[in-house]
Amino acid sequence: MQNLDSRPAPYAKDQTQEAAEEERQWEATEVKEADHVPDTMQTPDVPPPTPAKDQFQEELVIRPLHSGDIYASFQFRTMWDTDFLRGSKVSHYRLFPKSLGQVISKFSVRELHISFTQGYWRTMQWGQPFLPSPPGAELWVWFQDTVTDVDGAWKELTNVLSGIFCASLNFIDSTNTVQPSASFKPLGLGNVTDQRFLRYAVLPREIVCTENLTPWKKLLPCGSKVPVCLMFDALMKVASSQSFRLSYNTSEICHNSYCKSTVWELRQTLNVVFDLHTSGQGKREWSLFKMFSRTLTEACPLASSSKVYVDGELFELSPTTPLLSQAVVLGDRRTYSVYDLTNQATFGQTRSLNMLLRWRAAESGDMLRPLLHGERYVAGYGLQTGEIHTLMYNNHPYRAFPVLLLDTVPWYLRLYIHTLTVTSKGRDNKPSYIHYQPSKDRLRPHLLEMLVQLPPNSVTEVTMQFERALLKWTEYTPDPNHGFYVGSSVISALVPSVVAMDTNSTRECPLFSSFFPCKEESSYFMRVYTEPLLVNLPTPDFSMPYNVICLTCTVVAVGYGSLYNLLTRTFQVEEPSPGLAKRLANIIRRLRGVPLL
Amino acid sequence: MAAPLTLLLIVAVTIRAVLFRSSLAELIPERVEVVSPLNAWKRVVEGLALLDLGVSPYAGDVFHETPLIIYFFHFVIDYAEIVFMMADALTAVALYLAVKDYNKTVFRKQKYALEAERYPLDCLELIRTPKEMYYIPLKVAMFYLLNPFTILSCVAKSTCGLNNAVIALFILCTVKGSSLMSAIFLALATYQSIYPLTLFAPALLYLLQRLYIPVNWQRSSFWLFTTQYTFMYLGSLCVMVCLSFFLLSSWDFLSSVYGFILSVPDLTPNIGLFWYFFAEMFEHFRLFFICVFQINVFFYTIPLSIKLKEHPIFLIFMQIAIISIFKSYPTVGDIALYMAFLPAWNHLYRFLRNIFLVSVVLLACSALFPVLWHLWIYAGSANSNFYYAITLLFNVAQILLVSDYFYAYLRREHHLTHGLYLKRKDGSEATLVLK
Repeated sequence: MQNLDSRPAPYAKDQTQEAAEEERQWEATEVKEADHVPDTMQTPDVPPPTPAKDQFQEELVIRPLHSGDIYASFQFRTMWDTDFLRGSKVSHYRLFPKSLGQVISKFSVRELHISFTQGYWRTMQWGQPFLPSPPGAELWVWFQDTVTDVDGAWKELTNVLSGIFCASLNFIDSTNTVQPSASFKPLGLGNVTDQRFLRYAVLPREIVCTENLTPWKKLLPCGSKVPVCLMFDALMKVASSQSFRLSYNTSEICHNSYCKSTVWELRQTLNVVFDLHTSGQGKREWSLFKMFSRTLTEACPLASSSKVYVDGELFELSPTTPLLSQAVVLGDRRTYSVYDLTNQATFGQTRSLNMLLRWRAAESGDMLRPLLHGERYVAGYGLQTGEIHTLMYNNHPYRAFPVLLLDTVPWYLRLYIHTLTVTSKGRDNKPSYIHYQPSKDRLRPHLLEMLVQLPPNSVTEVTMQFERALLKWTEYTPDPNHGFYVGSSVISALVPSVVAMDTNSTRECPLFSSFFPCKEESSYFMRVYTEPLLVNLPTPDFSMPYNVICLTCTVVAVGYGSLYNLLTRTFQVEEPSPGLAKRLANIIRRLRGVPLL
Repeated sequence: MAAPLTLLLIVAVTIRAVLFRSSLAELIPERVEVVSPLNAWKRVVEGLALLDLGVSPYAGDVFHETPLIIYFFHFVIDYAEIVFMMADALTAVALYLAVKDYNKTVFRKQKYALEAERYPLDCLELIRTPKEMYYIPLKVAMFYLLNPFTILSCVAKSTCGLNNAVIALFILCTVKGSSLMSAIFLALATYQSIYPLTLFAPALLYLLQRLYIPVNWQRSSFWLFTTQYTFMYLGSLCVMVCLSFFLLSSWDFLSSVYGFILSVPDLTPNIGLFWYFFAEMFEHFRLFFICVFQINVFFYTIPLSIKLKEHPIFLIFMQIAIISIFKSYPTVGDIALYMAFLPAWNHLYRFLRNIFLVSVVLLACSALFPVLWHLWIYAGSANSNFYYAITLLFNVAQILLVSDYFYAYLRREHHLTHGLYLKRKDGSEATLVLK
């Protein structure tokens, strides 16, 4: 630990270097107040600034949502310049969690993405999340192309991860695993897009709670140190939060922009939406202390960068910060106030930072409607058949764009692909690409992937009929009348940027900079998850196995008995049987040897 | 006779055509009593859709028709309604001709027996007259075409209608004595749904009888013909299976069609005995009971062939009935086929013991199926046991019906040799019992 503690100094230096570099960059491109520090968020291909073997960054983003809730997103990034897969075994771990490193090297994992989510993200009220994920647990893994038995590795991996993360990932088996052909591409390096090495599974029923947090915390270099401590109190409030998600993403990324060497990156994210109205704090005024019952006192000493970003456009902040940052996330340009926790001045005299946030105006302003939005529901009544409706909204006023829809439906809802209809604006919209893999009973789910062009400002409806299967009585989950979950559909798209069409932001910009929408912002990748479905299946009577076995066997026996009777016996004239007294007399007579009666 | 048959066909086709155009045409194909996973039209369309998408129809677990069916419908998908109506008409005509020919044979035999004075004197009232036999073929065709079960099956476009047509053609060819065609149609029926395999024995017995070859193990002519027929049967079966392989160039259809029939993985409710039994079965007894239940279909073939070796057509009827009761995915279309034969056994009527009870039960159950299905699946006010109880009762009634006809047939034969009015030793009127 001691030699670790000696590290922060050079880090800090590099940090200032980086800031200086970025400032220069910004000077060249932006025309705004001088103390803005453009920062890059959510862009994984940023070259790590230091040549160190491994480094750790942490940040917290606080953003008000238009419904009056607060969205807090913690993100931790560990990068390590090593190679888990090549020859020599990696045994010395410093910042990178050993448990994950060993998993990566043992199973030859190229990329690993896990998320655990509780609650549902209300896109239409809250806008897009930084990192979308479906309710429940989601796991997708790209294996190295050297893996021969991918299914075996996947099965073992899910069991190991289940142990590491205290989650029911061991329920992932062939019946809920698919290999999407186009929807999930590697996020890091590697152009291998052979779907044989990809496995994707969702457990929509998985419940995320505080016990998933302890293993999550253990993967962080600072453990429960600041400012992670904030988080833990936040998590005690999981029950009162509206949506809560944990995720891990591991992938190999480029070391620098020339991609001469690679580093492993681990991103751990925790996103919480606080519902401050229901917890009786609806005064439209928050502080860190109110949210997390704690203030910030120091940064993680191992972190090369530790920052708090507050979406300050709607807030009055106290204490104020001189640093501002502008970032374009999911096509939405926003200005953030930045608190650099590695800088002691941030903490002021009291050596603790308690941000106070107050709404600037009573009305929360206009929210940019999400350009792409998905919904899903089951139509029909009764327990025999049904119809899955998926609605995809393109809210862009004039641009059409294609989306990839991925649907994974368990085998016990038997889909009929010939009933698939795609309609936009009342007209048939033929998908340009369909990849359909029908299900096998008790073996694999249905997989439907299709590329649909969404016309501007429209709703596209995808419908498909299914039939509900009657399962064996042992195959029902506990409380079968609650229903069965069907995982979310995944809509992946390259969406035209909102910034380009947002006149509010272009109005403030210099005229020359906004005449043509700039290229790197013109479209961005977005993934949208719809609601999971809850579908009821017909159930047998679970108390009846013995009765059913007995009754059905009786019927078969009636059949057997009556045929056997007719087959083996012959017709005979019935002779009246003698009375009991006479029969007894005959027996005695036979013994005596006298003629019978 | 051709005029009433034509009239009947016109009426039957009209009824079907009207139903195809009515709103019932969308309701009936959803009924679990009418279609099973094996022969639902929806699944045929699904198989064709999968083929169009470039996915093997057997890659999933929705399509379970044979490759020949899918290629057949690939060409006639637009005329499906006509195909199913024609299949029904063809079945009826084939049954009509078969029963007509069979009746001629029966009558001729009866005449020889009478001339040889083989029947006891008091049996004259059991002798069948040409007058009462005249309308039997028409009644058979009518029983098939106007049976609500057949009509429902046809309107639902259940491929069961095609299987019935194949079996009817097989019976026709057998009765006409064409052993090659009989073997080919039997192979086709077996290829379609395995179970008609048990019809091999009655067909062989009938053809032997027609050629006056006694069933005698020592006779070379018996072995010669048996081998010949077996080869024709197995050869055509082999050709069909290989043809299927070359159509799809994969053997996937074997497990998807025959494996599906034999291992019963789909527990969708139907009118049979399998679905609820295996839904409630303990996992480690599953294989054992599947074997027991499947053997049940094939089990009766040998004893029945021994008992009924002089009466192969009645044996065919018995086998078809047993198949439709004990098969894994029965539908009402299967029942309609053996019910069409009932008018041919008109002369057994006086020996039937509980025909009234059985018909009432069958009618009541047929009415209760949709009611209890609705209560379970849609209203939610009943559970699966209600529907299950009706399937049990329905099957008991079918078993009683079949065994009653079997009893009556055996009893009539007994009377024909021993006289109708039997006397005890002491001269009083005797009753017949099975011992």
